[in-house]
Amino acid sequence: MSDEPVTMLATPIRIEYEFTAGLAQSRYLKGIAQGRFLGQRCPKCGKVYVPPRGSCPTDGVPTTDEVVLGNTGIVTTYCVVNVPFQGQSIEIPYICAQILLDGANIAFMGLIQEIPTEEIRMGMRVEAVWVDEKDLGPTMASVKYFRPSGEPDAAYETFSEYL
Amino acid sequence: MARRSVRPVAVVSFAQSDMMRREEHRNDVEVLQPVIQDVFGKIGLTKDDMGFVCSGSCDYLVGAPFSFVQALDAVGAWPPMRESHVEMDGAFALYEAWTQLQEDDIDTALVFSFGRSSMSEIGRVLTLQLDPYYMAPLWPDPVALAALQAQALIDAGKYTEADFAAVAARSRRDARTNPHAQVTGDHSPEELLGDDYVVAPLRRHALPPITDGATAVILAAGDRATELCERPAWITGMDHRIETHALGARDLTTSPSTRSAAEGAGIGRGDDGAVEVDVAELHAPFAHQELILRDALGLGGTAVVNPSGGALAANGIMVAGLVRMGEAASRIMDGSARTALAHATSGPCLQQNLVCALAAEPAGDGRG
Repeated sequence: MSDEPVTMLATPIRIEYEFTAGLAQSRYLKGIAQGRFLGQRCPKCGKVYVPPRGSCPTDGVPTTDEVVLGNTGIVTTYCVVNVPFQGQSIEIPYICAQILLDGANIAFMGLIQEIPTEEIRMGMRVEAVWVDEKDLGPTMASVKYFRPSGEPDAAYETFSEYL
Repeated sequence: MARRSVRPVAVVSFAQSDMMRREEHRNDVEVLQPVIQDVFGKIGLTKDDMGFVCSGSCDYLVGAPFSFVQALDAVGAWPPMRESHVEMDGAFALYEAWTQLQEDDIDTALVFSFGRSSMSEIGRVLTLQLDPYYMAPLWPDPVALAALQAQALIDAGKYTEADFAAVAARSRRDARTNPHAQVTGDHSPEELLGDDYVVAPLRRHALPPITDGATAVILAAGDRATELCERPAWITGMDHRIETHALGARDLTTSPSTRSAAEGAGIGRGDDGAVEVDVAELHAPFAHQELILRDALGLGGTAVVNPSGGALAANGIMVAGLVRMGEAASRIMDGSARTALAHATSGPCLQQNLVCALAAEPAGDGRG
């Protein structure tokens, strides 16, 4: 036998899951399949969460009221991605932004396109661009990206608490 | 080191979801939230009254990293709370909360746990807790390992398949009065012996059900406990012990870690050495494991064992151990018992065991 140390041992592991999104997120995904964003409002603090998770993370109570949110929102903050990585599907450089949809009290992450990367800025008004209606489904791939809506920038004070 | 309460701490509230084979629609947070509201509602408290929050769960169950952090949405983690988590059954989270409450800067703690075993092949998930180099790659699932243990019991002449069936028959009968139970029934051991083998010598009835569910307990210290609850279930002692990871190095027919934990917890014993408690809730996922635990504890004839139906009636992974503590505490809170023993297990073939001594009086029989 060789004196060489054993440096590698392969032990393949595979587990399959059948995931349940949950009641609130299922509602959200069904809204996405119809080309609209659905949030849920906390009955205690009044905040609107999107995507909703069925519970207010601040108050710990069920978010019962459903709210149809707008197709437009504000870029609260962003980054420009210049680094290639495995599995990347978008050409670099591209913009990844936190977007506060009109009527929501929490920002979520979205891709910004149809704009030179040097023009992105905090407060920029953007709108969602959806896939063709026939391709809509209960998946975030239904939202192709966000692009500038052409509206004037939002004042910093209107989104500063969401940074 | 004895694990006795220095500062009196009690279970003052307990809640659990209905236990079921599969939650079709709700996610972890949505399963947990009504349970959290229930455990608070029973004593009129809110999360803002909690000095500490500790949970037990396993991210592998739903295959979502940090699912335990997301679960805090069911509680509401604002303002920032003093919180901890164990990747173990909630019973071990309760142990952590109990040790925290031994410090006198907090008076209350919320302990909860949740698990949806239906999201994956639970047997494969549990195999990942084995030695990752030499054992897990062989994929011996928990039923196969438990069957080895059961066969060892038979080979040692300690018990027979009929003894396993008797445990299952009694558990199912008792579970009929437990509104949260998943498996209930009125069958004689002889009838159950007609079941097919799943992995010999274990027949269907000797196996736990696959369960989705959640549970929560509130602990309170000293005067706070008596303010909140007419008959608090005082924890007089608690200890947990682990055995080697190498299954081949263990005598699977005995449970020395359970015996040590019971001694550490100061479980009261009579002159004959038998444990003297009114009720015992044992976390024995497989029927034969109840027999091993009874022997290790020296449970006398007077103790009522698993009046809830035990883990054979519902076996939420990460949940069933904490449910045992809640059920045992409930027997004291409802006045039907003066002393109780709660046991929780973790790992293959009863590898790790926790024993908790509960009493209607803070000093209890287990003090000193």
